[in-house]
Amino acid sequence: MNAAVEWPDRLFLTLKRAGVRQVGYVPDAGHSQLIARCRADDDIHDVALTTEEEGVALAAGAWLGGDRAALLMQSSGLGNCVNMLSLARTCRFPLLMLITMRGEWEEFNPWQEPMGQIVEPVLKLCEADIYRASTPDEVESAANRAVQRAFGDEAIAAVILSQQLIGKKVWTK
Amino acid sequence: MNLERRAAMAALVKDRGDLLVVPGLGSTTWDLAAAGDDPRNFYLWGAMGGAAMVGLGLALAQPQRRVAVITGDGEMLMGLGSLATIGVKKPANLAVIVFDNGVYGETGMQPSHTQSGVDLVATAKACGFPQCHDVEDEIGLAALAARLQNFAETLFARVRISAEEPPRVLPERDGVAIKNRFRAALGLKA
Repeated sequence: MNAAVEWPDRLFLTLKRAGVRQVGYVPDAGHSQLIARCRADDDIHDVALTTEEEGVALAAGAWLGGDRAALLMQSSGLGNCVNMLSLARTCRFPLLMLITMRGEWEEFNPWQEPMGQIVEPVLKLCEADIYRASTPDEVESAANRAVQRAFGDEAIAAVILSQQLIGKKVWTK
Repeated sequence: MNLERRAAMAALVKDRGDLLVVPGLGSTTWDLAAAGDDPRNFYLWGAMGGAAMVGLGLALAQPQRRVAVITGDGEMLMGLGSLATIGVKKPANLAVIVFDNGVYGETGMQPSHTQSGVDLVATAKACGFPQCHDVEDEIGLAALAARLQNFAETLFARVRISAEEPPRVLPERDGVAIKNRFRAALGLKA
């Protein structure tokens, strides 16, 4: 199997092995394959969100009730989460975030750059641990470490899926 | 004559059974504390706009139990999109109740949008909540309290309360402690 094609499937299997039962997401091209796998799985509640911060609160509620959750987003979505991350930080809720990057490599749309370029500093300010994957081979190990950190230590762990990994967005059809 | 908020909260949780309750940042957290502390209350002291979504995650995780989010109009307006999210997901065991006084009581009684005609009951209906109630009096309140014992589809209710700020009753504010005792009350590892 082609590693470049299958990394979203490996991410999905990592979530399944971790016992993730709720997945919140704002639709995103980089996560489309993972979202499709989650939607097709009867043991996962897939929750489409209107904004990413809803997912931070969803994950907190899930943990209160004994479920593990994951939150999928694009880099721009992190900016929508910043105050809501106080919930995870103050109460030490596990929060596993899988973030696809825009605005860092071969970006055609300059509007993606301001947020894309401050993703890692913002995560650090919010006391999140960062696990970056720049090649398909790095995805599974980054995700495994993030799972361990989030649920093992009741912490915020973010897997950063680089724009190079996801590939260039096609603008003309 | 609108309902008095403390009495309204007390009426809703008096015979709560195994109801799990998530109040919103601010006055509804004080109202719930005033009605009597319980480990199955997850008090929010922050995360404005997040109460309904905490309720959704909890309701999906605990399908055998009923969950009531009881929050204020200002808090609900900040998370208005979550009504759409919940309306799509429709968990049968989740109730979202908004204590609506048309003002931001915590910050000096500034008017909220509901005072200018933004209708949260109509919003919930439009978002697909199968049950929507507008509670204006003691009879409606008693009916809502009874419904909280046996509702079987996603429920929204606005409770019209008067704009007054009774003395604060402050519950535990250590978030880790609130979380751990809540989980322990459900038999989960703290």
